[in-house]
Amino acid sequence: MRFDLPEAVTATRPRTMKARVIVTLKSGVLDPQGRAIGNALAGLGFAGVNEVRQGKLIELDLADGTTAADVEAMCKALLANPVIENYRIELA
Amino acid sequence: MKTAVIVFPGSNCDRDLAVALHEITGTAPAMVWHRDTELPDGLDLIALPGGFSYGDYLRSGAMAARSPIMAAVVAAANDGRAILGVCNGFQVLTETGLLPGALMRNAGLDFVCRDVALSVANSQTAFSARYDAGETIRIPVAHHDGNYAADDATLDRLEGEGRVVFRYAEPVNGSARDIAGIVNDAGNVLGMMPHPERLIDTAQGGTDGRRLFEGLMAALA
Repeated sequence: MRFDLPEAVTATRPRTMKARVIVTLKSGVLDPQGRAIGNALAGLGFAGVNEVRQGKLIELDLADGTTAADVEAMCKALLANPVIENYRIELA
Repeated sequence: MKTAVIVFPGSNCDRDLAVALHEITGTAPAMVWHRDTELPDGLDLIALPGGFSYGDYLRSGAMAARSPIMAAVVAAANDGRAILGVCNGFQVLTETGLLPGALMRNAGLDFVCRDVALSVANSQTAFSARYDAGETIRIPVAHHDGNYAADDATLDRLEGEGRVVFRYAEPVNGSARDIAGIVNDAGNVLGMMPHPERLIDTAQGGTDGRRLFEGLMAALA
């Protein structure tokens, strides 16, 4: 059975948006941690991995009104270091 | 000579730097809390210490570089004031953009804590005037993220402009072109991973670090 909330309730409930920021090392930047993970996988018998690159996933629970441009600014100001890292933003 | 040491929560070598600066300049440095927004007037040197800052969340030095005091430090640097960043202080300087490149996890993944041999690549800076070019000195390192990285164009520029001041003379952390310490374009900002403040007295096992501060004092006085 489907139950719809009265319109008055849905209208006042704040819309929450989540952003996922995926930070990865630029190609060409050595990743000793990724290599260590690769070596460990090989040690466990997983032979099918050519290379491992380790990155970061940062999840942001955004307040109402926060825009994609705001998240982009956060990436530039703090979340990624453009010298060594790339970033990608997914909004949901 | 009037000096200041920036104090971040989690730093521990701020005290080592304070002792070295007090001993060598004869005057105790101002200890400036990272939440402050203004530096004392008339400073000749601002030192950013080593030791973990804020646990190095996100990236080494990332939080410290966004501390309120850093806007004043960047302004002072752009004004020509001498800035010395040691270890975590070097990481903070790259995170603020005052120095190019970044310091990544050591290639061997180990925390490296020992005396290392350095060669003096440029003895013409205010920070290295008391060393001879090509001289090998011994200074301790203590870091997990000292692996200097920058793109080839940046590395070529640093080398071409004589901005590499210290190089590792032995394998330490995988740093690009064995870079241990660099200066900015104007030559008034030095970042280095080794800890000169830990070798200023024979009681500490040597005085190779002392000459950095003595040279600075002569240059800035």
